[in-house]
Amino acid sequence: MTGAPATLFDKLWSAHEVVRRDDGASLLWVDRHLVHEGSHHGFAKLAARDLPVARPDLTFAVADHYVPTRGVPAVGSDIARMIRQLAENAARHGIRHFGMGDARQGIVHVIGPELGLTLPGLLVVCGDSHTSTHGALGAMAFGIGATEVAHVLATQTLWQKKPRRMRLRFDGALGPGVGAKDMALNWIARLGADGAGGHAIEYAGSAVRALSVEGRLTLCNLSIEGGGRLGIVAPDAATLDWLRGRDFAPADWDHAAEAWAALVSDPDAVFDREEVIDATEIAPIVTWGTSPEEALPITATVPDPDRAGAAADRVRAALDYMGLVPGRPLIGTPVDQVFIGSCTNARIEDLRAAAAVLAGRRARVPGRVSPGSAQVAAQAMAEGLDRVFIEAGLDWVGSGCSMCVGMNGDLVAPGMRCASTTNRNFRGRQGPGARTHLMSPAMVAAAAVTGTLADVRPLLKGRV
Amino acid sequence: MAGWSEHTGQAVGLPLENVDTDQLIPARFMSAPRSAGYGGYLLHDLRQGPDGAPDPAFPLNRAEGASILIARRNFGCGSSREAAVYALADAGFRVVVAPSFGDIFASNAVGNGVLPARVTDADAESLLNRAPLALTVDLEACELRHKGGTVPFEIDPVWRLKLINGWDDIDLTRAYGDRIAAHATRWAAQAPWSVPPG
Repeated sequence: MTGAPATLFDKLWSAHEVVRRDDGASLLWVDRHLVHEGSHHGFAKLAARDLPVARPDLTFAVADHYVPTRGVPAVGSDIARMIRQLAENAARHGIRHFGMGDARQGIVHVIGPELGLTLPGLLVVCGDSHTSTHGALGAMAFGIGATEVAHVLATQTLWQKKPRRMRLRFDGALGPGVGAKDMALNWIARLGADGAGGHAIEYAGSAVRALSVEGRLTLCNLSIEGGGRLGIVAPDAATLDWLRGRDFAPADWDHAAEAWAALVSDPDAVFDREEVIDATEIAPIVTWGTSPEEALPITATVPDPDRAGAAADRVRAALDYMGLVPGRPLIGTPVDQVFIGSCTNARIEDLRAAAAVLAGRRARVPGRVSPGSAQVAAQAMAEGLDRVFIEAGLDWVGSGCSMCVGMNGDLVAPGMRCASTTNRNFRGRQGPGARTHLMSPAMVAAAAVTGTLADVRPLLKGRV
Repeated sequence: MAGWSEHTGQAVGLPLENVDTDQLIPARFMSAPRSAGYGGYLLHDLRQGPDGAPDPAFPLNRAEGASILIARRNFGCGSSREAAVYALADAGFRVVVAPSFGDIFASNAVGNGVLPARVTDADAESLLNRAPLALTVDLEACELRHKGGTVPFEIDPVWRLKLINGWDDIDLTRAYGDRIAAHATRWAAQAPWSVPPG
């Protein structure tokens, strides 16, 4: 310790820095490396050099990207091959593996925190951009590519240039029916999909403190959609209460908890950039275009390209793809289907929020609910949430990345409009020609019961 | 990986913002092994018309042999899939020029010898207006040269050296084996919970 005021991110970085080269590159020690079916390129690079996995005890594998959410993959299919390949790589290298049917299987960014593999102060990496999720527990966590996956497998370290430090403060209390997803889409719409490029974001302020750990996981998850290298929330009593007793929680809890109390930004710490958002002004938000930055309050109208200045071409192209008419209210836009799931919004609180809207109501459009993990599914069933979804007419399916990325064949058909709790409304993300509107679980539930984009707030009257 | 410090080739313009890695390679192609070649998947769904035939108006369909791509801001945002870089590299691209890049994409690009060259918005627009054009990319001087002038570009100095020298990180890291082992031992003592129970 030099005694100079440091940000939380500075502290995490220093604790993991093995070497800093003269050119500014740092070699970082990795505490948790999470791999999935898509990590096959990384394993192939390792095999090509005939190298072992340096620390199989710090590496965990889970099947999520390709797993079917119903039934088992067809024998001989690509999907079956991807799932088997991960199991084989895990077995070959002695890596713990949560495969299909395992009680601890689920989406990698749901199970990491849920099992207590992710802990405050650790460095967590995974070959998936939404690894930023794990920062919600006060970990330093970011996504990496296949070459880097191979490097971590071979050395348990990673070369990185230190990102700049950004603090994003949300002051004030959120209104009813407004949550972490709305906070995230709000700042991304405000600053842009590259707004936090090159930065590590620390989320702070009273509205962040007031979020549950699930809400913080959603907020950190979407850091990458605003270009952030990672997102962190300083651990507090809520973090510790949430983690205590998890499968891989520290045996010497008191010792760990004492160390974690130091994981805050010092009062005089300097950030390279500070942004402040008034949380009281955030409304439920939906995306209208093909980038997460193309988002507006549900009460707004579809933007007019002719008034978009330099962005006219982009707006016109997005509206053309999305099949939306400039100037029309977003509310009332018919949707064809809904999806509740993904590493962004498939935790127990997300399912509770959607069920609170759906209880005693019928969905006017078909839809699918994919809990974030087998443990989330079990908890939801214990609370009767699965019955709420099924009685509303939605499908209750298994856990995986599913319709967020469609690798397992869960796709939105061309031209169909889907209200979705996922993280990317990119062209074709949910399937070629699919039209995705991102929103919170409560807002997706509102879209289900009205069959249109809808403001969830009137539907919550007398319910929460 | 072979290093390089200068490249001359044909540059093609893709005048789009936020070209995400799902566009660069749709997810459904990513289960293929690299040896199969990823070039045919590059921008697959944008290159085709609604009928599935190549769209003759799409710039890349009119730029056989191009090795430099010019685009607008936030190129390569989204998914960390390195396959997006494989698709570019296997299609013959060595350089992408844009005002900003997704961080993970840029890192993946450098790991595969592909340069993400950052230019100002104004320079990107000016190059897009001239495209297609012949361009010389000078990594030593951090300059793009064409018949009509010279455009400076930015690249992280660490990445610039890595591209020039063709460094392989795993080989470099091995030289630090003792320091890594010492760090691991010290950290495990300081934060015993960093090693999960067996």
